[in-house]
Amino acid sequence: MTTEMRHHPGINLSHSRPEDERHAEVTVFGFWTFLMNDAILFALLFATYATMVNRTAGGPTGAELFDIGNAFVETLVLLLSSFSFGMGAVALKEGREHPLKLWLGVTLVLGLGFIGLELREFAGLIGQGATAQTSGFLSSFYVLLSIHGLHVLVGCIWIVVMLAQVSTFGLSRQVRSRILRLGLFWHFLDLVWIVIFTTVYLPAVAS
Amino acid sequence: MSGPWEGEHQGHAITQPSSDAKAEARSYLWGLGLAALLTALAFGLAVFKIFSGPALFAAIGVLALAQIAAQFRFFLHIDLSRQKREDLQLILFTGLLILIMVGGSLWIMASLDQRMMG
Repeated sequence: MTTEMRHHPGINLSHSRPEDERHAEVTVFGFWTFLMNDAILFALLFATYATMVNRTAGGPTGAELFDIGNAFVETLVLLLSSFSFGMGAVALKEGREHPLKLWLGVTLVLGLGFIGLELREFAGLIGQGATAQTSGFLSSFYVLLSIHGLHVLVGCIWIVVMLAQVSTFGLSRQVRSRILRLGLFWHFLDLVWIVIFTTVYLPAVAS
Repeated sequence: MSGPWEGEHQGHAITQPSSDAKAEARSYLWGLGLAALLTALAFGLAVFKIFSGPALFAAIGVLALAQIAAQFRFFLHIDLSRQKREDLQLILFTGLLILIMVGGSLWIMASLDQRMMG
């Protein structure tokens, strides 16, 4: 790893643009604070899920319901999208607009693919009669998963907005700074997903 | 709206990735490889039930923590060697809050469950 100074989380636009760094340092730290708030929201949803996981009220359990293959594919899609955003960030750092747009586009497609997989999973569960009203376990499952899914959807909308801004304004300082923060948001969603497959899907299939 | 780019960077209009960018890209590739490996291990352990019970849950928990650390390091560029520590301190403080709130909630609810249902 390089020994250059890191001023804030996420890719640093490098020493060559010091005013970028000073601007980014404050706004990125503020955004990072928001993300840590969001982490607490998710942590408490995980606590709720852990409390409710055995409260199936005579309904189906996770072991009966979950399709581990689908969860694995969702995990890979989200991980690849996190990687493709990273490649976009490298292009951003270099000021290369076309690769940046390309990687943002790839990330968008993967993000939408993830949402599609999740909706298909929900539809399958509801088709088996496992709705949010069935049991405390399923209520907390749907809340946890859809809050995460909504975050991914917001990230996708944000990508579309940034693609439009890059096309309109080029890589201005504000646009670069916004893409940096979008990157933090996107990587954060993959971190949350690690905890989701570890606490929701894997224990269900292992038990 | 004009970025600082115009001045200092137009000189060498960048068309090829610099060695700096290649190092960054390699870092993301490392992150991807490590995360994929840790994910495959965790799913493999659970699906094939290499071992069971608390040992299995501990193992997938450790794998998850390792993957979170790997993604922090390679995707979010947060590690222990940074000159500025506020971000890391913020993460650790958030971790402490989560530990108190989640740990406390689970403790209370488990105790309640034992007393009322047991």
